[in-house]
Amino acid sequence: MAEVKLTNVVKRYGSVEVVHGIDLEIAHNEFVVLVGPSGCGKSTTLRMIAGLEEISDGEIKIGETVVNNLPPRKRNISMVFQNYALYPHMTVSENLGFSLKIAGKSGAEISAAVANAAEILGLGDLLERTPAELSGGQRQRVAMGRAIVRHPDVFLFDEPLSNLDAKLRTQMRVEIKKLHQKIKTTIVYVTHDQVEAMTLADRIVIMKDGHIVQVGTPLDVFERPVDTFVAAFIGSPPMNLINGHIEADHVVFSDGNRLPVPPDFTGKLADGRQVVFGFRADVLMPKGHTLAESGVVTDLDLKIDFAEPLGSESILLSTLGGKEIQARMHNPRPVNEGEVLTCELHLEKCHIFDASSTKNLRE
Amino acid sequence: MSKFSRAIRDHAVPLALIAPSILVILVVVLLPLMFSFYTSFTNYRLIRPDTLWDWIGLRNYQRLLADWDFWVAFGRTILFLTVALNLELLFGLGLALLVNKITWGQRTLRTIMMFPMMFSPILVGFQFKYVFNDTIGLVNNALQSLGLTEFAIPFLVDRWLAFFSISFAEIWMSTSIFAILILAGLFAMPKDPIEAARVDGCSNWQVFRHITLPFLMPFIFIAMTIRSLDVARAYDVVDVMTGGGPAQRTELLWTLIARTAYDDARMGRANAMAYASILLSIFFTWYFFRKLMDARKHLGAF
Ligand SMILES: Nc1ncnc2c1ncn2[C@@H]1O[C@H](COP(=O)(O)OP(=O)(O)O)[C@@H](O)[C@H]1O
Ligand SMILES: [Mg+2]
Repeated sequence: MAEVKLTNVVKRYGSVEVVHGIDLEIAHNEFVVLVGPSGCGKSTTLRMIAGLEEISDGEIKIGETVVNNLPPRKRNISMVFQNYALYPHMTVSENLGFSLKIAGKSGAEISAAVANAAEILGLGDLLERTPAELSGGQRQRVAMGRAIVRHPDVFLFDEPLSNLDAKLRTQMRVEIKKLHQKIKTTIVYVTHDQVEAMTLADRIVIMKDGHIVQVGTPLDVFERPVDTFVAAFIGSPPMNLINGHIEADHVVFSDGNRLPVPPDFTGKLADGRQVVFGFRADVLMPKGHTLAESGVVTDLDLKIDFAEPLGSESILLSTLGGKEIQARMHNPRPVNEGEVLTCELHLEKCHIFDASSTKNLRE
Repeated sequence: MSKFSRAIRDHAVPLALIAPSILVILVVVLLPLMFSFYTSFTNYRLIRPDTLWDWIGLRNYQRLLADWDFWVAFGRTILFLTVALNLELLFGLGLALLVNKITWGQRTLRTIMMFPMMFSPILVGFQFKYVFNDTIGLVNNALQSLGLTEFAIPFLVDRWLAFFSISFAEIWMSTSIFAILILAGLFAMPKDPIEAARVDGCSNWQVFRHITLPFLMPFIFIAMTIRSLDVARAYDVVDVMTGGGPAQRTELLWTLIARTAYDDARMGRANAMAYASILLSIFFTWYFFRKLMDARKHLGAF
């Protein structure tokens, strides 16, 4: 049983503060992913949980214990590092069994645990090799095996897949998900890749510049981003965001185009207010190439700059309000450059953000 | 035209270019080597050049086998080597770990650490000869004025004290070689495995024992290889401090060989000793080099 609780956790390097008072509660057996652009303080936060970095201020609890001043070895955690951090002078089986050996477990116990971990991760044939004799994917697996032999309270992963090629990354992602289902444990997982975050997480924690911007389930953060940063960061392709101002319940863009505000905003926004209009490619579809969906729809004529066929659908690129925007075309047909298509925009799924604070006005 | 002369013609330019260096090696290395090896089978005495032709076969080597003085010096050299290398390793490791911890003024410290290496061994010998001298020596003066001892301690006279004194000088002079090589290892050491080990439950000592030390081993064995060659031919410091005496109490292989060659003028005999003692150097080099290769084998992934 181990929840992890961060209360107002601060990290300073000298006079530079890089993590600014983070609050986060992670439930027992929950898979939480910290995601954010490079340099936003994800690793630092994870390393503070691990005990590899001291906490400048605040409190971290694992289970019922305040661990602020406990060394890593007293926290009963496992960690998988970005560069695997295997022990180069030990064989795979020694790598796997090292923590148990340090813990003073008997030889029989160690071999059983190693065999079990090797079985789960398919490392059986590699046990006598050294890390130098393994491929990247195999090293990655050993690093995971080393983490699971020990039945820790919490697993910590720091970008464990970022050194793998795209195919292997997808494969290992699935394996990590399966692993979590098999050995229910609290997991804190760091990545800069929003796809990894979306696919793995029970809950996503989005960070920016040492702050937590939003915490929620993958669907939460996808459908209800709190600000334009999250809206642009989560989802692929990223949300279309166009600056404009309010005029009689319409958003007017710099190029003179205008769109009605979503129904729940009708009558609520003062004329002249500067806003950002946001919608995903998924809710803008050419007529005749939509998904059968009801709702409030407005039509929009768009000159298509070009199309990216993906097979089952195409992504259309166009321009609106001086910004490049993307639309989704289901059951695609070839589209000529410069062709004008009438598109349907599902208004209830659109967002209005305040232009200066960038906050979602729906929250 | 024969095959051989054709080969020479085809490679005339490269051959002409390497010829001078081959010549130099022949004259400077090979000839003296062959000459000294030859003399070890003669009764050659420096003061009687005609004895150079006095071929006595293996007699020098046979006599060596029964030469008690030689074997005592041989054994003492091994002891000296063992003591010096182990203590230098210990101090060098400690020094390197300490300096590695210090963040402020580390460059200066590193430079200071190298000072002992900048002195000629002869000067180091003189320095310690006066430090340990029983009448005017620094140590004795200090001990006596502090009232710690009434009598002068015969540092350079007593069998074990003299051995201690020459070891001290040797260690003082060369600990920095270990320290610097180990420090280089520490600088090159990746942080990740150390952090992994800390998470895996290691205390600081266990991290050092299971992760840091194995990583440093190749660096340590490089230092060992260099230093074993160095100490096995130790001469200058010892010769200045004790001259192998008194009464051969600190006699090492090379002080004995030098005495045999130049004081007793028995060059043939001395050369036989030299060849026998080179075996010692070869053995240590081979041993540490093999250790080095073993230790390096797995470090590819660091
Ligand atoms: N040891 C350090 N000293 C000073 N600044 C650091 C140190 N480690 C990280 N930082 C800074 O802290 C910020 C967060 O780093 P990090 O947590 O590694 O980001 P990421 O989200 O990419 O993992 C970065 O701006 C980085 O430059
Ligand atoms: Mg990072």
